[in-house]
Amino acid sequence: MTDHQAWTRKDLITIEDLSREELEAIFSMAAAFKETLTRSQKKLPSLRGKTIVNLFLEPSTRTRVAFEIASKRLSADVVTITSQASSLVKGETLRDTALNIQSLNADLLVIRHSAPGSPLYLSRLLRIPVINAGDGAHEHPTQALLDTFTLREKLGNLQGKKVTILGDILFSRVARSNIWALRKLGADVTLAGPATLVPKTFESLGVTVLHDLKSALADADAIMLLRIQHERQSAIHFPSLGEYTSMFGLNKRRAAWLKPDAIIMHPGPINRGVEIDSDLADSDRSVILEQVTNGIVCRMAVLLLCASTQAISQQPDTA
Amino acid sequence: MSDVLWIRNGRVVDPANHRDEPGDLFAVDGLLVESLSRAQKKSARVIDAAGLVVAPGFVDIHVHLREPGQTHKESIATGSRAAAAGGFTTIVCMPNTAPPADNVGTIQQIQDAIRRDAVVNVHPTGCITRNMAGEALANIGSLRKVGIVAITDDGRCVQNNEIMRRALEYAHMFNLPVMDHCQDASLTEEAVMNEGCWSLRLGLKGWPNAAEDIIVSRNTILAAYTQASIHMQHISSRYAVSLIRRAKARGIPISAEASPHHIALTDESCRFYDTNFKMNPPVREEIDRQAIIEGLLDGTLDCIATDHAPHTDYEKDMEFDRAPFGVIGMETALAVSLENLVHAGHCDLPFLISLMTAKPSQILRLGKGTLSPGAEADICVFDPDESWVVDSDRFQSRSANCPWNGQRLRGRARFTLVRGRLVWDGQQILDPDG
Repeated sequence: MTDHQAWTRKDLITIEDLSREELEAIFSMAAAFKETLTRSQKKLPSLRGKTIVNLFLEPSTRTRVAFEIASKRLSADVVTITSQASSLVKGETLRDTALNIQSLNADLLVIRHSAPGSPLYLSRLLRIPVINAGDGAHEHPTQALLDTFTLREKLGNLQGKKVTILGDILFSRVARSNIWALRKLGADVTLAGPATLVPKTFESLGVTVLHDLKSALADADAIMLLRIQHERQSAIHFPSLGEYTSMFGLNKRRAAWLKPDAIIMHPGPINRGVEIDSDLADSDRSVILEQVTNGIVCRMAVLLLCASTQAISQQPDTA
Repeated sequence: MSDVLWIRNGRVVDPANHRDEPGDLFAVDGLLVESLSRAQKKSARVIDAAGLVVAPGFVDIHVHLREPGQTHKESIATGSRAAAAGGFTTIVCMPNTAPPADNVGTIQQIQDAIRRDAVVNVHPTGCITRNMAGEALANIGSLRKVGIVAITDDGRCVQNNEIMRRALEYAHMFNLPVMDHCQDASLTEEAVMNEGCWSLRLGLKGWPNAAEDIIVSRNTILAAYTQASIHMQHISSRYAVSLIRRAKARGIPISAEASPHHIALTDESCRFYDTNFKMNPPVREEIDRQAIIEGLLDGTLDCIATDHAPHTDYEKDMEFDRAPFGVIGMETALAVSLENLVHAGHCDLPFLISLMTAKPSQILRLGKGTLSPGAEADICVFDPDESWVVDSDRFQSRSANCPWNGQRLRGRARFTLVRGRLVWDGQQILDPDG
């Protein structure tokens, strides 16, 4: 794994910070791990003896389980703490919780938190690596890594490819991380959805914003759907789920506006019949479940790279 | 034997009296006088102001001293010392204490603490509404009797237009100024920074300019109808500046202030989620910052006020979403204003001094901010060019939530005198009780 040298970070906080070389380093390591997934003995010894703590202060299934499985594949011990089971409900600050986890000899912290910037805050506070598993509406870097890893498997080099992201962009950390990743990999990014959820301000990130679905989907090589988060939005962002579906839901007729071999992606959990028709989600064009599988190997790569940087940077101390 | 003060060889700048000249300043028994007799000169305490500016003590009409109830953040003792260290001799404290200063007892408690602990002149304000809840008028007339200089629900802008209208009419009867923190709450729920490219990038909930513009418009309209004056606090939005400019041109009785952080910083400063850049209203875009400066230069905005808002390190050391709003400002206001207005070439020194002395004093009719003979000898002697590194651990304030910590700034108060008494010598507070 020669790309190892491109990675010198202790933490993975944002995609915005990463260079293309760093993205490639993760992809090449993830690709190597993917070959091991089909073995009957899936476990690698790389992080044996290490303790990884998943501090998940917001609900999550996919990301949490994928991090747990990725850690176990690398032979690390994993402890997962959720908000209800943590002292945060007793009023402990995030700072104190994190310092306690470090003092429990954790070797790496994976954090999901509703407050944007909290992983950055912890990365500056702690000696151990911190990996962002989603911070509010800011970033979800490992999701963007697995999305772009999947896109490259299907489309090859992303230079000049048109990727459309459709749905609730405003509140989406997945969209933000994917915008950075796709731009760094040379793709042209179009954002689509209602003006209340896809403000023009996003164009400051080097993307195109369209509210007309047909032009947004025309000739796209891939479409990334985002879940309409009805638990977060009241009736002020769009009138009803029914109206959303009628204007922006992806169905067979609208999917025909895409390139013939375009792929359909979704980070999950999907609302069948809201942002996507059920049969499209299950169709050959959908790579939704492959994304989930790739989520394991991309997270294995991130865990190993960050943990290894830490091991290297700690050497002078122990010498 | 009278107490005689002689400040020698300074550059005396007194904008209210159009004075800017090399010279001396004299006081006898705490009051400024035109000259001293030979005998008085012999007995005078002499301060050598060579190379320094001698100005009226600064007036800050917007500070939070947190007493009663939140003295872990600041107190009248520590806050007034921070004022003195920043060259301020008169400050006006906001009523969002715990309990809020919406009743006579709390105002009297504040007045007692001022008499006991303050090293500069401190004037309290009272609430517009009971418990600052925006629903029923506080006992404004009774509060006035115990010495408030204005009413405001600072930080909790009155949302109900009917209540605001009646508050204005009622306060106008006593000629009592009304100050308003202009924020439409329906547009700013959970907002933590300026709404714009940076809030979008950082995933933080944005506070749009429109929320300020709407209340500035509302206040302008109510001031026009009632003829009661409203003072708009810490204006941050470019459109609000132009609304105020047009309203003043039509003769509507309004005034407005700008804070040092709004003339110095933009929303990009939030990029690392440093909560020492989280304040309300938030710092905005460069185009807003320029508009605030222009507003100060052409008189649309009348004065500088710090919105000194202390919070402890453990309260600020938080997720950005959860940390309280506010930054301290009195000990950096002079340097930050000098850097961004005078050293940046926007205005001359006397103009800046007017923004920090006579003009804010006039808004609340405090009778301060001049070096007129007969006035109390409240004086700031400062070096406009002294370069220093901000170290919030060395502040007089009990809190350290300062956006400029660690930065090098130019301009520092060297002597602060209140009624002729030296309270700050450039290094320390000279406590009257030793």
